[in-house]
Amino acid sequence: MTVDHAKPAAVGADRPAVKRAPAPKARRRSDRDGKWWTPWFFLAPALILFVYFKFIPMITAVTMSFQDVQPYLGNQWVGGENYSTVLGDEAFHSAIWHTVVIAVGQTVGSMVIGLALALLMEGQSKRLKFLRSAAFLPVVVPIAVVAELWRIMYHPTEDGMLNSILGMVGLGPSGFINDPDTSMISVIITGIWRGAPYDMMIFLAGLAGIDRGLYEAATVDGASRWRKILHVTLPGLRSVFSILFVLAAIRGLRVFTEVFLLTNGGPNGSTEVAMTLIYKLGLEQNRLGVGAAGAVLLFLATLVLTLFVQVLRRRRDA
Amino acid sequence: MTAANDSALGLDAVKSPGGRILKYAVYALLLIVFAGPLLALLVSAFSDVSDPTALSVIPSSPTLDNFGIAFDHGVGLYLLNSFLVVGFGLLLQVVISVLAGYALARKKFRFMTFVLVAILATLMLPEEILAIPLSLILSDLPVVHINLIGSLAGMIVPLGAWAFSILVMTEFMKDVPRELEEAARIDGAGDLRIFAQIILPMCKPALGVIGVFGFTMIWDQYLLPMLVSSDASTYTLPLALRTLRIDADVTPGVIMAASLLALLPSVAAFLFFQRSFVRGLASGALKG
Repeated sequence: MTVDHAKPAAVGADRPAVKRAPAPKARRRSDRDGKWWTPWFFLAPALILFVYFKFIPMITAVTMSFQDVQPYLGNQWVGGENYSTVLGDEAFHSAIWHTVVIAVGQTVGSMVIGLALALLMEGQSKRLKFLRSAAFLPVVVPIAVVAELWRIMYHPTEDGMLNSILGMVGLGPSGFINDPDTSMISVIITGIWRGAPYDMMIFLAGLAGIDRGLYEAATVDGASRWRKILHVTLPGLRSVFSILFVLAAIRGLRVFTEVFLLTNGGPNGSTEVAMTLIYKLGLEQNRLGVGAAGAVLLFLATLVLTLFVQVLRRRRDA
Repeated sequence: MTAANDSALGLDAVKSPGGRILKYAVYALLLIVFAGPLLALLVSAFSDVSDPTALSVIPSSPTLDNFGIAFDHGVGLYLLNSFLVVGFGLLLQVVISVLAGYALARKKFRFMTFVLVAILATLMLPEEILAIPLSLILSDLPVVHINLIGSLAGMIVPLGAWAFSILVMTEFMKDVPRELEEAARIDGAGDLRIFAQIILPMCKPALGVIGVFGFTMIWDQYLLPMLVSSDASTYTLPLALRTLRIDADVTPGVIMAASLLALLPSVAAFLFFQRSFVRGLASGALKG
């Protein structure tokens, strides 16, 4: 009687019926939740898309990683061969090493600078709000634009934009992304430029949650600025640190677009990361099985990292 | 006397002239580092920048030619593609998220925890890792056997499934008082009416959050369009920047002009909806 508005589109009506239909007398209470299929009706569009574009690809990735994938010829089961190829491959070793370096460099750099920015820009004045917005802009700039912009700024000749700034402080011209020695740090710096303001915003949200009374108490006790940071601020931000750490580490491990656009793994493979290598294997060389095995390993790494930090956090909170 | 001194560094309270100068010097430096490159982009887009060394924050020989050349190279089409993808993608994502959020927040049903955990788990599943199988699936959707490669639809439909939006809607809808819903039910309203006329209007702030986040996220998409597009006719603007760069008569000034067009919509969305954006950042981070 009351829930029939949802009836015309009887999606899910053919699902296996839940055992007991609500008894007429008990209805008034259970009515609140409508018919058993009402929630499924609301969930159906989401579930269909998640199955198609998240879960099936996930399962496909795992199956493919155990197969020699040959389009039109049929796939052959090869067991762990793809995994041993990946784990034994020199190129993969260095790609994983580069990925870790970029992930650590960007994570640490973004967090340190993000925290410094947050501490400097904490406050209520209009001026600070403007500054915060300006500093936050890199986060919303599309990554493809960031890469093109920095490519041009990194122009390796002496009169390139960043090199002319370096020249002003008396430092020699750098090859930046064109030099195997500096390509890595250049990619990391671009990542920090885009990542630090994001971390700053999260830190600011965390700082706002710290009890003002603690600062006052510390001031009364005659604590210096640094002691306040050490004993009030940093402990108060503990959960923010672990959240940011997970987010940034995942972001670092899956780094793709900026490397693809800035260096495409070069020069001389000095910035080849796991994802650019997987992309090349899978979509350029058609070694889909090996690419999938690499992707699954990368996923497991992110998963382990996430769980590790969660467990660490639980234990400390307890 | 310490009333204003309630931040960690207490910079609000710095009063000495030397301290003030130092403070503003630090702020200026920050502004240069984080906004400077974008200012260089803006200036170069409107200047006759013929080679990379001419990139600068100081305007020189102002011109609008860069935009003209960019449009000659198809930027108009790429911009249109981008708008189609973000328009339909966001619409799909918002509709799906509010529907799913309603079920997860207001209903109790079997397997609810399972569904919730499955959706949440996808937050830990970076799209990059799914790239290869996703491109295979898009070329032949299981069961229905449709090929989405080379069509804008292939970039749009997968955007509907984003756990972050569902999560924000679910959390927000949980806070709508039960009494409102029960009163409507007694008046004879069904689920669809309650959803559309009671719950949804109460969730406008959350709609702002998922709207602005979805917008910037979709506008920033690179890998998905790259996997799906088979030729330039379906390129989105971010994707086209790389091919523009390879073109010989495209100067850095032209690339900066195209880049400016590519970044304006998401920067504008951020500036207009800053409050929603910051709220979304906090809620996203606390649950991520």
